Amino acid sequence: MNTIPKWADLVLIPLISLAIAALLSALVILGIGEDPVAAVKMMVSGALGSTYGWGYTLYYATNFIFTGLAVAVAFHAGLFNIGGEGQATLGGLGVALVCLALPWPHWALALPAAALGAALFGAAWAAIPAWLQARRGSHIVITTIMFNFIAASLLNYLLVNVLRPAGAMDPSSARFGEGTHLPTLHDLAAPLGIAFSKAAPANISFLLALAACLAVWLLIWRTRPGYEIRALGHSEPAALYAGIHPLRTVMWAMLISGALAGLMAVNTVMGEAERLVMNSVGGAGFIGIAVALMGRNHPLGVLLAAILFGFLYQGGAELALWTDIPRELIVVIQALVILFTGALDNMVRMPLERLFLALGKGRA
Amino acid sequence: MDLATLLQVLDSTIRLATPLLLACLAGLFSERSGIYDIGLEGKMLAAAFGSAATAAVTGSVWLGLLAGIGSSMALAGLHGLSAITFRGNQLISGVAINFLAAGLTVVLAQDWFHQGGRTPSLSGGARFDAIALPLAETLRPVPVLGPVYAELISGHTLLVYVAVALVPASWWVLYRTRFGLRLRAVGENPEAVDTAGVSVPATRYAAVAICGALCGLAGAYLATSLQAGFSRDMTAGRGYIALAALIFAKWRPWQALGATVLFGLLQAMALRYQNIELAGIAFPGQVMDALPYILTVVILAGFVGRAVPPRAGGEPYVKERKI
Repeated sequence: MNTIPKWADLVLIPLISLAIAALLSALVILGIGEDPVAAVKMMVSGALGSTYGWGYTLYYATNFIFTGLAVAVAFHAGLFNIGGEGQATLGGLGVALVCLALPWPHWALALPAAALGAALFGAAWAAIPAWLQARRGSHIVITTIMFNFIAASLLNYLLVNVLRPAGAMDPSSARFGEGTHLPTLHDLAAPLGIAFSKAAPANISFLLALAACLAVWLLIWRTRPGYEIRALGHSEPAALYAGIHPLRTVMWAMLISGALAGLMAVNTVMGEAERLVMNSVGGAGFIGIAVALMGRNHPLGVLLAAILFGFLYQGGAELALWTDIPRELIVVIQALVILFTGALDNMVRMPLERLFLALGKGRA
Repeated sequence: MDLATLLQVLDSTIRLATPLLLACLAGLFSERSGIYDIGLEGKMLAAAFGSAATAAVTGSVWLGLLAGIGSSMALAGLHGLSAITFRGNQLISGVAINFLAAGLTVVLAQDWFHQGGRTPSLSGGARFDAIALPLAETLRPVPVLGPVYAELISGHTLLVYVAVALVPASWWVLYRTRFGLRLRAVGENPEAVDTAGVSVPATRYAAVAICGALCGLAGAYLATSLQAGFSRDMTAGRGYIALAALIFAKWRPWQALGATVLFGLLQAMALRYQNIELAGIAFPGQVMDALPYILTVVILAGFVGRAVPPRAGGEPYVKERKI
């Protein structure tokens, strides 16, 4: 069945899908009476033209790396985790509880503890749907959707009734202490003599995200649990005959996936807001799906796709600021990317397969 | 709780249950034919915008309704294209449709009406009026039954009655017609239907189209009956609650009515009471909000009854697949 070469599968098909999505997005921009070329120019200069723009692009990208990796790891086990939103929400709760629990003396101590809290809470929120899928046969897509909503209600309740400091009006937790303040890319770049913007929220979590990419690559392709996850994803009967325990493997895949989604909160809650607010995830859990699809579930691909979406996010914000094009345009672009790289994958793949088949015959 | 309060809560239950019921029946047709649809939310949202925008421009709620159904069916066609023709992942397609609708409605609303992603407020002929059933006012003095008839049964918009009528209609179509038999068979065992000489794709496209039309009604109801106009994300998760209700109803029409009324009641209660005390324990409103989702998870887990989805659900059908 392998009629197309690997490079075409990994590079050409995503690029063509992306090009179609971009073309349709341009038509939408034309349709609302704006100039697509000018829009792209403004997005590029707004997102990549300054260290301030880069700071925001990388800040968003950090979120999408975590949620993209989360979706990708579950995908390898044949599981479609659309619960990233809820898992990241709970991850935020984990970060907040850790940060508020102790008067942290220095971020270097607070960061590992908060990351652990985020990962544990995210994993715990993924564990229930995982167990229900593996043991009770409940469809993981539906249960994770339900858990997204349950997480939102839970956080709403906790912020309004439990975590809100006395006398405060808006539903959010108290500010974290000074000792939890994470160094921004400005702080990190300054000793190297690089003048990085002070105002952008990108912080050390970006390096954490890069480390997560490496860790996921090692896990999936270089360890036994990773092998079991991939085997289960390829064929459950075959995995079963190979002596792979499906319940254990599904649990591992979803726990890791939930932990990765939860880790996103280190960036948003600890790195940017420095307190827990309502809806700190802001749809990043869903964007993770697009990122994983575009990145072909490979950590390097996820990294590149996350930066692309970070660019779209920051560029889109600039567009909304300077033109009449609303911010929601990026939601449309994102939808088209998910549609063409995911659901309509075969639309691009089928003609290409035929093309490569014809080329192969010609050579032989 | 006195009768008047009870009637008010039940009245708003009906209002809130109607879009859930329509969307739930929509999902019922699609999923019974083997096409999972988590894009109910997006189709409702597109229909809400389409109907409100058209009604605002033309002043006619009927043209609005048509446009709403059209917008929803266009997205249904897209879902059919990716799920049936190109055998794509139905869940990913649904996610994409939800995003497409969430983004496109606001972009177009901003471009057309310049009101921050809303449509103008609808009034007069651009909205569905409440229908007073015959003798509602005359019978009002009759104790208990009078107010129930006048407040609860009479005085809703046309789409509410249509939604209720669609329950037996859906049952009849699914269980008493040749088309319904084929539709259900396609969702359970497409090979058998194919062998019998019935086109699997055509049957599935028909189911997806019905799903689009019903989501269109649901969205149009939101924008032209329940509220007066479109505002961003006005579906507010109703598509997902409808999906939850569908599982709760185990993919059956009458049970869908029961499940959506139950979820509508939960919404009405959460809306009216911030905290509810039952048996000495205070339940916060957020528990009521989360209850449909929690109940669904419990049902899915098989702790109370067992919800078994159509067997071929989520699987694209490939003719004469070599295994």
